[in-house]
Formats: sequence, structure tokens, C-alpha cells
Amino acid sequence: MTVTDPAHAIGKSIPLVRAVSAINWNRIHDDKDVEVWNRLVNNFWLPEKIPLSNDVQSWNTLTPEEQQLTMRVFTGLTLLDTIQGTVGAISLIPDAITPHEESVYTNIAFMESVHAKSYSSIFSTLASTPEIDDAFRWSEENVNLQKKAQIVLDYYTGDDPLKRKVASTLLESFLFYSGFYLPMYWSSRAKLTNTADMIRLIIRDEAVHGYYIGYKFQKGLEGASDERKQEIKDYTFNLLFELYDNEVQYTQDLYDSVGLTEDVKKFLHYNANKALMNLGYEPMFPKDVTDVNPAILSALSPNADENHDFFSGSGSSYVIGKAETTEDEDWDF
Amino acid sequence: MQLATTSTHLIYFSSVSGNTARFVEKLGLPAERIPLFPSEEPLQARDPYVLVLPTYGGGEGRGAVPKQVIRFLNDEGNRNLIRGVIAAGNTNFGEGYCLAGDIIAAKCQVPLLYRVEVFGTPDDVQAVQEGLDRFWTQQSTTSR
Repeated sequence: MTVTDPAHAIGKSIPLVRAVSAINWNRIHDDKDVEVWNRLVNNFWLPEKIPLSNDVQSWNTLTPEEQQLTMRVFTGLTLLDTIQGTVGAISLIPDAITPHEESVYTNIAFMESVHAKSYSSIFSTLASTPEIDDAFRWSEENVNLQKKAQIVLDYYTGDDPLKRKVASTLLESFLFYSGFYLPMYWSSRAKLTNTADMIRLIIRDEAVHGYYIGYKFQKGLEGASDERKQEIKDYTFNLLFELYDNEVQYTQDLYDSVGLTEDVKKFLHYNANKALMNLGYEPMFPKDVTDVNPAILSALSPNADENHDFFSGSGSSYVIGKAETTEDEDWDF
Repeated sequence: MQLATTSTHLIYFSSVSGNTARFVEKLGLPAERIPLFPSEEPLQARDPYVLVLPTYGGGEGRGAVPKQVIRFLNDEGNRNLIRGVIAAGNTNFGEGYCLAGDIIAAKCQVPLLYRVEVFGTPDDVQAVQEGLDRFWTQQSTTSR
């Protein structure tokens, strides 16, 4: 896809830093920068490591409609990753509070480009060139997908650093999930399981990104006046509502034909709550609309079922044994 | 025989992002924080407690338990008083979801009581308050 330089396409340019100091990693202003940097480095991966070709047989068991839906979902995700890699994460660099924060954003930007490329690996493994071209054409013509991209891009090129972080966190922690739903759905039915493995790596990365950008947002808001805090909070919820309305329509465009729209919407609510929490706001959607299909949840996280917990599950059959002596290295699993 | 009238005592760790601290605050129970920096006075538990902590990592499970918590639990006195663990995390970390809770439950032979995401929803707060109430009453009566 040629997402033709989105920043210029809307006639604005992103401010660049005016002066650069060498980054000294031996003088740390915020330990979170080092922690997240290390986490991102440890999580580093490339699509070439995933045996996607093992999914070819499974792909051929999908109906043409299911294949088309899958292709469309992945082009939508490619568009978001392209925006975040080439505009979103980069636009946060000039506002960084610490020099190490700048480095983390460059890492985030690079990984978004890896993600965007990963979808192309899926396409070239599973589909024919005309099918790929067709899906990209759809992504350029779908009104709701383009609107989603446009809303976020507008805020990235605006001049408020905190609003850029809000838009970025909502993209990382909310907007991807209408798309992420589908590979989890296939995985729960033992289809496209290698593709799902790759998507889980992407989801893990986005979780760190959303957490970190949300944290930096909260740091940036700390010293603000009550009036400013209220302004930002109103802005955040308005933007979330605007994106949510659009996301529901986008979800209908994709999933109505396979009857999954309502199931996807629960997944959206569940993730919108976590996006708000990443920004330090209380979750908004009540539990009767965030009860994600357990099959989807366990495709996402194999031990996420409630029975795992002593309070909420049925299992109260733990045995109190004798605690053992522990050393530092014992814990280094 | 004295009836168990005291509420659960919590010990928690929270990084500078403060999500776990925020969850603990919402529970409204007596709580002590494990210090963030090695230069601070280490925390010494005096009474039985439930540990609340976030999970770090996502890198194949390595480093899931924050170092400060490891340091705290390496102290035998502290380890002997732990009665249960509550973990915070995010299902988006897949197999790493609340892994620190599983590791500590296995190491210290105490139940993993509950898991919350980020700083917990209002429903989580209620479930944990009620759950801890029952759990602590049970603990107090069986240990007498």
C-alpha cells in the first residue's frame, strides 16, 4: 500500500526538534524509560521467524467470503500500523520529557513498521496478487476505515502534545481491536494458528506501547491546572466517543455478513476500558457489555479464565505447603 | 476465643506508573508499600498479609516478578507471613498475563486469589473486597 505521506497529504508538517543532545543512558531521569526500553528489546521479533506457510492448508478451508474478510481486516491493521510507524510515534518525539523517552519512541516507530510488514508476509503466503490488490483497494475505499485514519492523523499534526498522546494511546489500545478479534476467532477454531501466533506478538507490543504512552501522558498532565485537566479529560472522552461510533460502523461493514458484529463490539468495549485505564481514567463500559466471548479471551491469553482465581473460580482446592527458601536467581524464570 | 475483627492486611508493590497503588487505594484496606529504590529502608512484615503486585515483562516470562518484590520475599520473615497473592496485569500479554502471581503462588505455596487488569474495574474492587473479607475471616479462625 502506498499510504502517501499522510502528514503532507493533509497539508501540515510535524514540528521537529530544534537542537539535539547526545543521549546519556548513564544519567536516567525516569526509570520507566529504561524498564520499557529493555522490555521492548527483549520482545523484539521479526515475521520471518513465524512459519506462516503452515497456515496455507487451513487458509484453503475458509470460504471465499471468510478469506475476503480476513484480507480486509489485515489491510485495515496495516493502515493503522503504517500511520503509527511513520507519523504517530514519530510525532511524540519532539514532546519527550526525557531524552531516553525519545529513544523509546524510535523503537516503537520501528516495531510498528515491522508490524505493517508482517501483514504483507501473511498476504504473500496465503493469497494471490489480485486478491491482495483487491483488499488494498477496499481499504482505500472504505469510508469508515479512512475516517478512522483521518481522525487520528488530524490530532497527530495538531499542536497539543497531550492530545497527541491521547490519540496515540487510543490507537494502540483501542483502534486495533476490531481487527485483532478475527485472528483470535480463527485461532479459537484451530484455524490460521501460526498467523494468530504472529498477531499475539503484535498485541503484546501494542500493550507495552499503550502502557508507556499512557504513562507519559499522565506524567505530562501531573503539573497541569484543574481547568487544563478537565479540558483534556473532556477531549479524551469526546475523541473516544467519536472513534467508537466510527468503530461500530467499521465493525458492521466487516462482520455483519458473518454474524459476528455483536461479539466484536464486546471486545471493543473491553479494550476501550483498558485504553482509558492506560490514560489513567476510570473504565467506562459496564461489565454486561464487556463480557468477551471466553473462547476469544483464551485465544488471547491461555490462562485468562476465571477458574484460575481463588475468589472468582470454583477451585478452592489449594494446599498450604511449606514455603521454601528463595534466592534471587530462583525467581529469574 | 477472640473473634476475627481485623481486616486483611495488604502489602503491595507498585512502580512509578502507580497502577497497583491505585488499585490498592480503591480497596480501602490497611496497606504498606514495598519501597521502589534500594536506597530506601527495606520493608519488614510484622503481621500476616496478602501481597498485591504487578507483572513485569512479556519477554518469555523472564523478570515477571519485580526485583523489589524478590528482595522482599527473599527475607524469610517476610516470606513466612504471606497468606495469598493478588496480581495485576493485562491479557494482551498472552501467556504472561499476571504471571508474577502464578510464580509467587507456586514459590510460596499460597493461593493466587485474584487477577486484575491495569488498576481494576469497579467490579474488580467489589469482588476483591468481598473475597478478602471471606478469606481473611477463614484464615483468622483456622489459625487459632
